[in-house]
Amino acid sequence: MATITTTKAPRSAPTDPETPGWVRWANDHRKWLFAAPAMIFVAVLLVFPLAWTGYLSLTDAEGSVRAESEFVGIQNYLDVLTDTERFWPAVGRTATFTAVALLFEVVLGMAIALLLWRPFKGQRWVRVAILMPLVATPVAVGMMWRLIFDPNIGLANQVLGWVGIGPQPWLAGQHSALPTTIFIDVWQWTPMVVLILLAGLTSLSEEPQEAARIDGASTWQRFRHVTLPLLMPTLTVAILLRGIDALKTFDILYATKGRGGGSFHEVETLNVYAYGLSFDYNEYGVSSTVLILFFLIIIGAMWALTARRKEAQR
Amino acid sequence: MRRRAIFGTSLAVVAAMGLSACGGGGDSGASNTVRVTLANHVWTENIKKALPEFEKQTGLKVEVTQLGEDQLSDQYNVKLNAGSSDIDVMMYRPLQEGKLFAKNKYLADLSDQVKANKTWDFSDFQAGPVEATTHEGKPVGVPIITEQEVLYYRKDLLAKAGLSEPPKTLDELKAAAAKIKAAEPDIAGFVARTGKSPAVTQFSSFLYSFGGDFVDGSGKSAVSSDAAKQAYAYYGGLIKESGPANVSTDMGWPEAMAIFTQGKAAFYTEANSLYKNATDPAKSKVSDTVGFAPFPAGPAGSKPYNIPSWALGVNASSENTGNAWKFIEWATSKEQTLAQQKSGVPGARTSVWANPEGTSTFPKDLVEAIAASTKAGVGHDRPLVVKVAEAREIVGQPIVDAITGNDVAAAADTANAAFQKFLDDEAK
Repeated sequence: MATITTTKAPRSAPTDPETPGWVRWANDHRKWLFAAPAMIFVAVLLVFPLAWTGYLSLTDAEGSVRAESEFVGIQNYLDVLTDTERFWPAVGRTATFTAVALLFEVVLGMAIALLLWRPFKGQRWVRVAILMPLVATPVAVGMMWRLIFDPNIGLANQVLGWVGIGPQPWLAGQHSALPTTIFIDVWQWTPMVVLILLAGLTSLSEEPQEAARIDGASTWQRFRHVTLPLLMPTLTVAILLRGIDALKTFDILYATKGRGGGSFHEVETLNVYAYGLSFDYNEYGVSSTVLILFFLIIIGAMWALTARRKEAQR
Repeated sequence: MRRRAIFGTSLAVVAAMGLSACGGGGDSGASNTVRVTLANHVWTENIKKALPEFEKQTGLKVEVTQLGEDQLSDQYNVKLNAGSSDIDVMMYRPLQEGKLFAKNKYLADLSDQVKANKTWDFSDFQAGPVEATTHEGKPVGVPIITEQEVLYYRKDLLAKAGLSEPPKTLDELKAAAAKIKAAEPDIAGFVARTGKSPAVTQFSSFLYSFGGDFVDGSGKSAVSSDAAKQAYAYYGGLIKESGPANVSTDMGWPEAMAIFTQGKAAFYTEANSLYKNATDPAKSKVSDTVGFAPFPAGPAGSKPYNIPSWALGVNASSENTGNAWKFIEWATSKEQTLAQQKSGVPGARTSVWANPEGTSTFPKDLVEAIAASTKAGVGHDRPLVVKVAEAREIVGQPIVDAITGNDVAAAADTANAAFQKFLDDEAK
């Protein structure tokens, strides 16, 4: 084991008397000075928009953000939280979309990663092929699947026709649209889970596997009691990253079903709803309220997942 | 000492970066570049081809940003909201965004400009379109494209079905569509937009022809009137019974037009300004068999919409308004309007319609259909409100309910209550 030693720099560099005052000041505050651009960047690009959105969510701003708006307190929050027509169904769809997509992506991703783990001939090509969907732009992916799933001229129904199954409505159906978009999300993002898990698997040490094999553990037992626990931290990272991304999904939904998530709001998630409120209805106050609530949901989900991760690492 | 040197350099770099970031963008006042934001449209393609002529004439440079309708709307929302001055001329939809933009003071008052040039002649523009681009008595835009809803049909399929002429009434249309669909299972009798919001404008002609409107004479919601219920049931029923198999409820014009131009539908009601998509052999498999007819008459007669669909305005925050107007003046001149119309874009100038040259390139039956439409046409194709997108979703819901076979009358009643609430909110 190599030992790493860190030497702490003295708080203030030894200064000779001719050093000008500003250089001495800069030396004393260099920690802040070097961090300042990053902090300003964060303040401008993160804190300000968030604070502004928070402020807008307490006003009745509509039509134009520059137009006069009145401070309405928590009225928007009361309206939104009691809205069972658009808001709560959107929350439900967001949760369904995230949970189902995540479940499929993690299970499939794990299975594929395990298959690719052990070296085999042509492995590199298979890995490249699997990563293909990942590098495509989600909007383009959405458009491509929209064509494939077109109920009349799409490839999907033609293929079904060859095996004697009648045409399916896919994205066009009121009840099949959400599952279809979940399928598209799974198609595009499972490779990312594969990538993360594969990296985790290849970095695992061989000894525990060896020991288990010598002890006579079956493949399943080795996976269940050796590989999986060792892989847990990587797995939680994959779930965390993919989970947050799935919560925020917008482009695939917009590209396949358009504004409002379809004529019956079939795929209207919180993101799509907030977008519609801003860009179609110009209701900036209510839209900001939805976004703040959405932000809280994401923070909550992230917190819950990181707590789980810490537990897993213990 | 070495440390000092490092600090000296790094501070200098930071300072230099800061200064360079401040540079540029300090452009104030009139510029020789006119920044024009335009929608994807045949009109835009034509004007782009003619631009060098304008640039040569005036010595100005034109920078065109071209976007799809939705992206254009979003762009305006973001930029105009922020008071951005980097748009000078904007192509916008008077009936969709006109009221909102004018209310938000995004559009510059053009009162003086339209009077300045006698040869340009503002009085030559049709009254209806001008009214749509006027806000509180002041012109804020110049209409460039007009639209009427007409019936697109397939001559060959009609002949095959033993019909000698296109349907003149909605009843005849329904019968003909059913007959063709029964004879040719792969071909829809009728296709039209089905998306909740996109369908509203094309549904409007059906609504008027049944004797209804979105709002009644006293400003109250009228989407649950008997006429409206009949119109919803008719439009949705026609698509449900004679439309394409597995019809989706998301179709806008590109999807509906694709079905028609792929030879998969016999009748299609749509804006005339899109006719080139159907008659251009490069885009349409049925280009040589497409016919046009006036909108079929309902119980209240044939009442298609007759509207200005696009106009040009000047961004009120632009610092280059003088040159922006020069561009508009040129783009809407009699010569340009004539050239546009000859290549298939129906314009808003009376003189060009009166000029035989102005209609010489249109299919003959389309000219007749347009003439009929302009006579009996209604000046709007969607509710005339500020928040049009929201209103369209409300009044469009019964359309998709009718297409999917839900209870139309109940849907119309629900929509009516929601629309009345919307109107009350907006009147506040």
